Amino acid sequence: MVEAVFADARRQSLWGDAWQRLQRSRAAILAALLLLLVCALALVGPWLSAYTVAQVDWSQPTLATPPSFANGHWFGTDANGRDLFVRVWIGTRMSLLVAVLATLVSVVIGVAWGATAGYLGGRVDGWMMRFVDVLYALPYMFFVIILTVVFGRSLVLIFLAIGAVGWLTMARIVRGQALALRQREFVEAAIALGLSPATIIARHVVPNLLGTVIVYATLTVPQVILFESFLSFLGLGVQEPLTSLGRLVAEGALEMESSPWLLLVPSAVLAIVLLCLNFLGDGLRDALDPRQRR
Amino acid sequence: MSVALPLLQVERASVRYTLRGAGLLAPARSLDALSDVSIAIREGGRLGVVGESGSGKSTLARVVLGLVRMQSGRVAWEGRTVDYDDAPAMRSLRREMQVVFQDPFGSLDPRMTAGQAVGEALQALAGPVASVAAQDRIRAALSDVGLASAFANRYPHEMSGGQCQRVAIARAIVARPRLLVCDEAVSALDVSVQAQIVNLLHELSERYQMSLLFISHNLAVVRHLCDDVAVLCRGRLVEQGSRDAIFDDPQAQYTRDLLAAVPRLPGAPVRNY
Amino acid sequence: MTAEPVLQVRNLDVNFATPQGAVAAVSGVSFDVRAGECLAVVGESGSGKTQVLMACLGLLASNGTARGSALFAGKELIGANERELNRVRGTGIGLLSQDPLSSLTPHLRIETLLTEGLVDRGLATRIKARQRALQALAEVDIPEPEARLRQYPHELSGGMLQRVALAAALMCSPQLLFADEPTTALDVSVQARVLELLAKVRDRGAGVLIITHDLGVVAGLADRVAVMYAGRIVETATTDGLFAAPEHPYTAALLAAVPRLHGDAQARLVGIPGDPPQPSARPPGCAFAPRCERAVDTCSESRPELTQCASRNQLGAVQGESGAATTARNAPITAVACHRPLQAAAEIA
Repeated sequence: MVEAVFADARRQSLWGDAWQRLQRSRAAILAALLLLLVCALALVGPWLSAYTVAQVDWSQPTLATPPSFANGHWFGTDANGRDLFVRVWIGTRMSLLVAVLATLVSVVIGVAWGATAGYLGGRVDGWMMRFVDVLYALPYMFFVIILTVVFGRSLVLIFLAIGAVGWLTMARIVRGQALALRQREFVEAAIALGLSPATIIARHVVPNLLGTVIVYATLTVPQVILFESFLSFLGLGVQEPLTSLGRLVAEGALEMESSPWLLLVPSAVLAIVLLCLNFLGDGLRDALDPRQRR
Repeated sequence: MSVALPLLQVERASVRYTLRGAGLLAPARSLDALSDVSIAIREGGRLGVVGESGSGKSTLARVVLGLVRMQSGRVAWEGRTVDYDDAPAMRSLRREMQVVFQDPFGSLDPRMTAGQAVGEALQALAGPVASVAAQDRIRAALSDVGLASAFANRYPHEMSGGQCQRVAIARAIVARPRLLVCDEAVSALDVSVQAQIVNLLHELSERYQMSLLFISHNLAVVRHLCDDVAVLCRGRLVEQGSRDAIFDDPQAQYTRDLLAAVPRLPGAPVRNY
Repeated sequence: MTAEPVLQVRNLDVNFATPQGAVAAVSGVSFDVRAGECLAVVGESGSGKTQVLMACLGLLASNGTARGSALFAGKELIGANERELNRVRGTGIGLLSQDPLSSLTPHLRIETLLTEGLVDRGLATRIKARQRALQALAEVDIPEPEARLRQYPHELSGGMLQRVALAAALMCSPQLLFADEPTTALDVSVQARVLELLAKVRDRGAGVLIITHDLGVVAGLADRVAVMYAGRIVETATTDGLFAAPEHPYTAALLAAVPRLHGDAQARLVGIPGDPPQPSARPPGCAFAPRCERAVDTCSESRPELTQCASRNQLGAVQGESGAATTARNAPITAVACHRPLQAAAEIA
């Protein structure tokens, strides 16, 4: 059942109102805090340990050792003797960085494309969205592989590749919202003022879409991380000595029987990040739901 | 009887919407939203356009504002034909002609304060205005509609329906238009607030010699606000005349039926239309 | 003979839990609806009139709670569990909502919409239900009912659709009909027909509770009126009595604000300054005091209780009830909540 909301006598912007509502979702707040913890660890974690990302520890009886507090390898070491604690946080940094940048790219392109298509409507909308449909249909992995072969594996390429996919869904979602907004009277009022379509889109349409965009961005980030993990799993992602959660999972899978912690620890971190982002996204969607206004 | 040129003239406006037929092979149907409708408004005059749903009265308002294109017909401003495709001419015309819509909350951008909404209109219509002068004009517009300057910082969701509609009116009049188009501007308001807004429109119209094109389905409201009335039915003009002529002595059967259907309050004289 | 009222509401409170604290949408509302009678609850935005209906049917939003009592044919509705309420909904109490396009599922045929209440609950077979549906459509003057059954909601005009919605509400011949702004979304020419049909329902012995802000609708249909302001009833009276001699300044101001088709067209309408208060920001004392011409200091200090009154100009007194006294079982016919009512001073029972 939809909740009834009453306008408060105190002044409150729509963002403040949304923030209050977000605070009422315990899952979302917990998720946000956990995410912050993960980010903090990703930033300072490597400095907490005595080891570095590529340093091989020859002092242990075997190269791959299980987690223990005694020898300072809190997450154990991998098959090459490198400390897993440091590598996991370095990897998390990389995954989050790729995810955030790629999501940013997809948001910027997706919003611009979708808002314009939805607002202009008619044939322009038709062509713009057919273009999106065509891109959707392309065998995406082939292109990524071909590009990787041609241009070599670079970080920039990864961002572009992922962003190039992410913007399609964002464009579709934004276009739907823009179509609906186009019918609202305040957009008609802006047209009656003689404002240009570009101004109307930038000033009236996009800001009223931001709620949806934020929600879907937080739900896109997990997809991007998974995609990057997938690329890394295939060996197409980030290169040594840098690592990402995906690569760590890939390496861990190879050593699953003998050194299970190599798979379990990065998978656990990845799962936590993905779950938290999903819960946060859900919480944001409820908090920013425009239906609750009046 | 003044011989001066009417401020706004609509001559034989026709608007036809083509609807895709239901089903793959069904032929497209067309809907005549307006057929051959002609009205005229003089300087400072208040014309009420009444009709039921589907009568085309809102379409007529949109045609005048240029939000909808006519298939045939002509709109003239001060005697000169309006070319809705001529951008510079439209820019100056928009300063003269503004609109207030029905839904007080829907017609304001939820993310802009009242002051920002009025300010945007000022910048768009009156050209670049120095920021201090702009603030003064915004405050003056808000005060014209009976809102204290504190309202400039309020968002639509923090105001009542009546207050939002006042902001919408302030936005429409800040550049001193000569014609204000009101599309069911009081229909979504409570009765007690409706009366306030009707009085406000009347007062603004008198004070600034501003003409009103008042679209409404509420005949009683039109009777209190407008001097002239046009009655539309299914896109056609049924009858047109002065307020007294239409309400006291309606000629067309449709007008008579419409008047008879208005619920009678106790104490009202029984009229046989 | 005064029968037991079909609906007896006593001290109904509806509160909503919001992040800013509890908001009282409805406070201390009491009224009766008798069989064969139409009670109109009139109010503007924020008056809480719709929430009264929702509370009786157990349809409040998830953050709303109702307290008090609403007896329908002896059964308590407030606080009843879903199963008990479901037995009453549709069969004992019918609901006609404002916008038929929203209240009727668009992808279902009219026949399904009419019969699902009976068939799904095992109250009738499909064939019997269909017969009843045809009967119901005839009761609301729908031409060609057979053809209508096969149609979808979007194929009918607004007025006809609202009549179909009324037929749906009447399928189980309920004793009580709730109508929430039934004519607001309709053209004037169509309103009259729907109101006629509601009058027919009343004349056939059902009780009708209609929520509206339109005084014209009240005049044409209601036998008695309860005026709500800021969550409370401020005046109850017979329809004739209310229009002829309103007691509460708000009622009088509302009547003055309605534009008329007769009288001096040049005269300016009389609005009520200010706005109806938001449920979360009601003033202490009488909620109408800030906007009232007759307000004195007492008005903003203490809230006036609804007290019955015997006004000299009271028209249409109900048969069988003395002027001032009311039985404890039934709510007073005429009452006002005001420190300075307009007519003769209120007599406290």
